Amino acid sequence: MACSVDSTLDICQAEQDSECSMEDENDTSSCMDNDFETVEMDFVGHLIKHNWVDEPAEKITLTRKRWSAATQRVLSSMPSRSVEWTGVAAHSSPRVQSQASSNRDIDKDRVPQRKHLLATLQARSVAECARMLRSLPLSLKKKREVRAQFSCERGRQETSTKDSTRSHFPSWLGKRLSGAQQGVQSLLNSVQLWHEALKQVSGRFGTGVLSYFLFLRTLLLYNFILSMITIPFLVLPQVTRPSHGSSNKISFTGLEILTGTGVLTNSLMFYGYYNYTDGWRPGKTEAYIKGTYNIRLAYILTIGIGLFVTCIMLIYSVFKTLGTSSPMSVSHGNLALKVFSSWDFKISKKVYVQQLSENICTHLKVMLCELHSGIPKRRLMTRLIWLVLHCTAWAICLTCIFCCVLGIYRFSHDRKQFSMNLISEGDTHWLILPLLVCGVNHLIPCVFNMLAWMESYDSFNLRIYIAIIRNLFLKVSMLGVLCYHWLDSIAAGKYGTNNECWETFVGQELYRFLLMDFLFSVLDTIFGNFLWSVFTRKILRRKRKPVFDIALNVLELIYGQTLAWLGILFSPLLPTLQIVKLFLLFYLKRASLMMNYQGPLKPWRATQMTTIFISILCFPSFLGATACITYTMWRLKPSATCGPFRTLSSMFLAGKEWRKSLEISNPGLAWVSWIYMLLGNHIFLFIVAGIFLLVIYIHIQVGDGQRRVTTLLQKQIENEVEDKKFLISKLQTLHEQHE
Amino acid sequence: MGNKQTIFTAQQLDAYQDCTYFTRKEILRLFHRYRDLAPQLVPLDYTNQPDVRLPYELIGSMPELKDNPFRQRIAEVFSEDGEGNMTLDDFLDMFSVLSEMAPRDLKAYYAFKIYDFNNDDFICKSDLEKTLNKLTRNELTEDEVRMVCEKVMDEADLDNDGRLSLEDFQHMIVRAPDFLSTFHIRI
Repeated sequence: MACSVDSTLDICQAEQDSECSMEDENDTSSCMDNDFETVEMDFVGHLIKHNWVDEPAEKITLTRKRWSAATQRVLSSMPSRSVEWTGVAAHSSPRVQSQASSNRDIDKDRVPQRKHLLATLQARSVAECARMLRSLPLSLKKKREVRAQFSCERGRQETSTKDSTRSHFPSWLGKRLSGAQQGVQSLLNSVQLWHEALKQVSGRFGTGVLSYFLFLRTLLLYNFILSMITIPFLVLPQVTRPSHGSSNKISFTGLEILTGTGVLTNSLMFYGYYNYTDGWRPGKTEAYIKGTYNIRLAYILTIGIGLFVTCIMLIYSVFKTLGTSSPMSVSHGNLALKVFSSWDFKISKKVYVQQLSENICTHLKVMLCELHSGIPKRRLMTRLIWLVLHCTAWAICLTCIFCCVLGIYRFSHDRKQFSMNLISEGDTHWLILPLLVCGVNHLIPCVFNMLAWMESYDSFNLRIYIAIIRNLFLKVSMLGVLCYHWLDSIAAGKYGTNNECWETFVGQELYRFLLMDFLFSVLDTIFGNFLWSVFTRKILRRKRKPVFDIALNVLELIYGQTLAWLGILFSPLLPTLQIVKLFLLFYLKRASLMMNYQGPLKPWRATQMTTIFISILCFPSFLGATACITYTMWRLKPSATCGPFRTLSSMFLAGKEWRKSLEISNPGLAWVSWIYMLLGNHIFLFIVAGIFLLVIYIHIQVGDGQRRVTTLLQKQIENEVEDKKFLISKLQTLHEQHE
Repeated sequence: MGNKQTIFTAQQLDAYQDCTYFTRKEILRLFHRYRDLAPQLVPLDYTNQPDVRLPYELIGSMPELKDNPFRQRIAEVFSEDGEGNMTLDDFLDMFSVLSEMAPRDLKAYYAFKIYDFNNDDFICKSDLEKTLNKLTRNELTEDEVRMVCEKVMDEADLDNDGRLSLEDFQHMIVRAPDFLSTFHIRI
C-alpha cells in the first residue's frame, strides 16, 4: 500500500514539475503549486461539509478537489487547459488540421508546437503569414521573435530554391498584388477624415451615434468616387469646348442658386448644355470625325461605369457587415451578453462614463425583475385593446401617407394653375413643390413619433423597426410619385407641360429638391432641435436632454443620396453638390449634437442597424435610382433641341451608332461590337441572371446548412459535458475505492 | 519609401506592421503618443531597442483610459510584467488588439483575460462580482449582484464546473454582434 502511495505521490510531483516548466510560455502563469495548496485547504473543509460519494447524480459539480494522478492527466489534456495554442490550431487550414489535432493531445511539450507553428507559417504566402501572425494571441515581443525566426528560415529556403523558376512567377505576382493591396489600404487609412471629431463624438455619445457619422462619411466617399469618374470625362471636355447656347445675357439674381433656373439653365450643371461637337453631321452613319471627343458615348459610359462601381462598393459593404452581425437570434443568454459586451470602451469622459454605468445598472435591474416575475402574461382584454390600438395607429399612418401622396400628385399636375394664382411672376413658383415635399418629409415623422408614444411598445428594438418601416414607406411613396410625375408626364409632354428640354427641367427639379432638403435639415437642426431641447427642459421639466434619433437621421441621409443618384443623368454635377452638402451637414449635426443632446439611454445595436441601413441604401434606394435611370435611357425619347442625344429616339442608340461606326472605321475592334451585341441580347441576360440567382441560392443553402450543423454541434457539446462529468467522477470514485 | 524618420529601422517598422493592425504612419503616431507620456524617459531613437518601461500611473492617465473602470486590468493584461508597467511593444499590442481591425477571437481572448481578475484562466464567481461592481460603480445591492452572477453562470457555463473557461466565454461572445464595436478604443 505504502509503495503505491509513494509512487502516486512521485508521479504527482513529476507531473507538477513538468506542468510548471511548460507554462512559462504563458504570461500569467498558473503554476499548479499554488493550486495544490489552496485546493488542499479547501479539500478538508469540503470533505467535512459534503459526502462526495453520496451526492445525487444530477447535481454533480466538478469543484476542485484533490484529483488522483490519472484524473489529473485526463484533465490536463483537456483543450481548455491549452488556451494559448488553440488559437493556432483554429487558424490552420483543413489540410493541416489533422496534424494540428494530433499534436494538440501531446500538449505537455510546447517546443514541438512552436516548431509546428513555424511549419504552418512557412506553408503560407507572405500576406497570409502576416494575417495569421497578427491574429495569434501572443504578446508583441513573442510575435516579433516568431517572425524573425520564420523570416530567416524563409530566407534560407528562398536562396536554396532560387533555381526553380517554374513556381517563381505566381509567387512574384502574389507578392506584388499583396503589396499593392497593402498600399491601397494604407492610403485609405491615411485619409482619415474627421478622425479627431469622430473620436470626440464616440467618446461622449457611444457607438450608436458614431454609426450615423460613419454612415455620412461612407456616403461622402461614394459621391467622391462618382464625381471623380464623371468630372474628368464628362465635365472637363465640355468646359474646353463650350457649345453655342443662347447667347443673350440673363441677369443673375441670387434666387437662381435656389431655383436652378435662369443663368444656370444653360450651364454645365444640367443636361441641356452638353452637346456634340461642331464637326457633327446628323443623319449620316460615318458622322464621327476621327479625333473628336464622342460626348454621347462619354455620357453613357461615365454614368454607367460610375453607377456600376457604386453598385460593387455597396454590395461589398453589405456583405462585409452581414459577416460581422450574427444571424443567430439571441433568445438565451441575454444577461451574460449584457454583462460582458455592454461596456463601451470608447466612452472617455468621467461624466459620460457615469451615465453609462447608470444605464447599465438600470438595465440589469430591469432584467432581474423580468427574470423573477417573468414577462407578465396579458389578459385577453388588454391584448385586444393593444391590437386595436396598433391597428388604429397603422391605419392613421397609412391614411396620412396616402393623403400626402395624393396631394403631391394633384399639385404636381395642376402646378401651373395653382401657382399662377399665388405668384404671378418669376420662377419662385417652382419652389413650392419641393417646399411641400420637404415639409411632408419632416412633419409626418413627428406624427409617427406621437403615434408610437401613444402605442407605447414594450421592446425598444421593435419601436425602432416600426419607425424605420413607416418612415421608409413614406419616403419611398413620395419618391415614387415624383418619379412617375417626371418620367411619365414631363418627359412625354402630357398635361400641357411642354418643355423644350425636359431633361434639364427634371435636372432642375432634382437640384431644387436637394437644396430644399438641405435647407430644411439646417433649419430643423438649428431651430427645431434647439427649441425642442429648451421645451423639454423648461416646460416639461425633464432632467435630461433629448436623445438623438439615429434612425430618422440616417433615413434622411439615404433620401438625399437617392435624389443625388436619380439626378446624375440629368445633372452630372449633382454628386459634387451632394459632397458639399454632406460636408456642411457633418459639422452642423455635430455642433447640434454637442449642444442639445445626451447619449442614448437604450442600447443601440450598432452592427445590426448598420447592416439594415446599408441594405436599405443598396436595395430600395440605389436599385430604384438605377431602375429609373435605365428606364429613362432605354424607353424615353430625348428632347429634340438640346443635349447630346438630340437626334436619337433613345439614349441607348448612341451605343449602337458607335458600334456601327467602329465596324466601319476600325475593323480590328470588331470584337467590341460583338460584346455589345451580346450584352443587348435578351437570352444572354436571362442566362446571366439565372446564374447569379443560382449562386445566391447556393450560398443561402450553404449558410442554412452551416447553421444547422452549428446547432447540432452545440447539442453535442452539451451531451459531452454530461459524459465528461460522469466519467471523471466515476474515475475519481474508482480511485478512491482503491485507496 | 521616402520616410525620413530615424526612430525605427526599416526592419523594425516592417516587423511592427506585420505583427499589429497598424500602418507605418499609425505606428509612428502611437510612438509619439507613448513618448508624450514621459518625454524624459523615452528616447527618440529606438533602433537599438532600449528597455524602457513606463509605470502604470502614466499609462492610466491617458485620456482614452483615464476614466475607464477596467484600465488597471487592461494595463496588467497587456504588460509584460503583469503589473501594468508597459514597454512600447506592450503599448502597441494593447491598442492593436483594441483597434477596429482586430478579429473577434483575438478580442474575445483578451477580454476574457481582462475580466479574469485573479489570473487563473477562469472567470469564477468572484471575478464576475468584481466585473459587475466595476460596471455599475457599486450601485447594485449584494443580493442583486449575487442573483446576476448566478444567472450569468447558468447561461454561460457549458461544462458546469462553476466557472467560465475561455471556450464558454468565446462561445457566448459569438452571439453578441456588438462586442466588436464596444471592445474598441479609438486612438
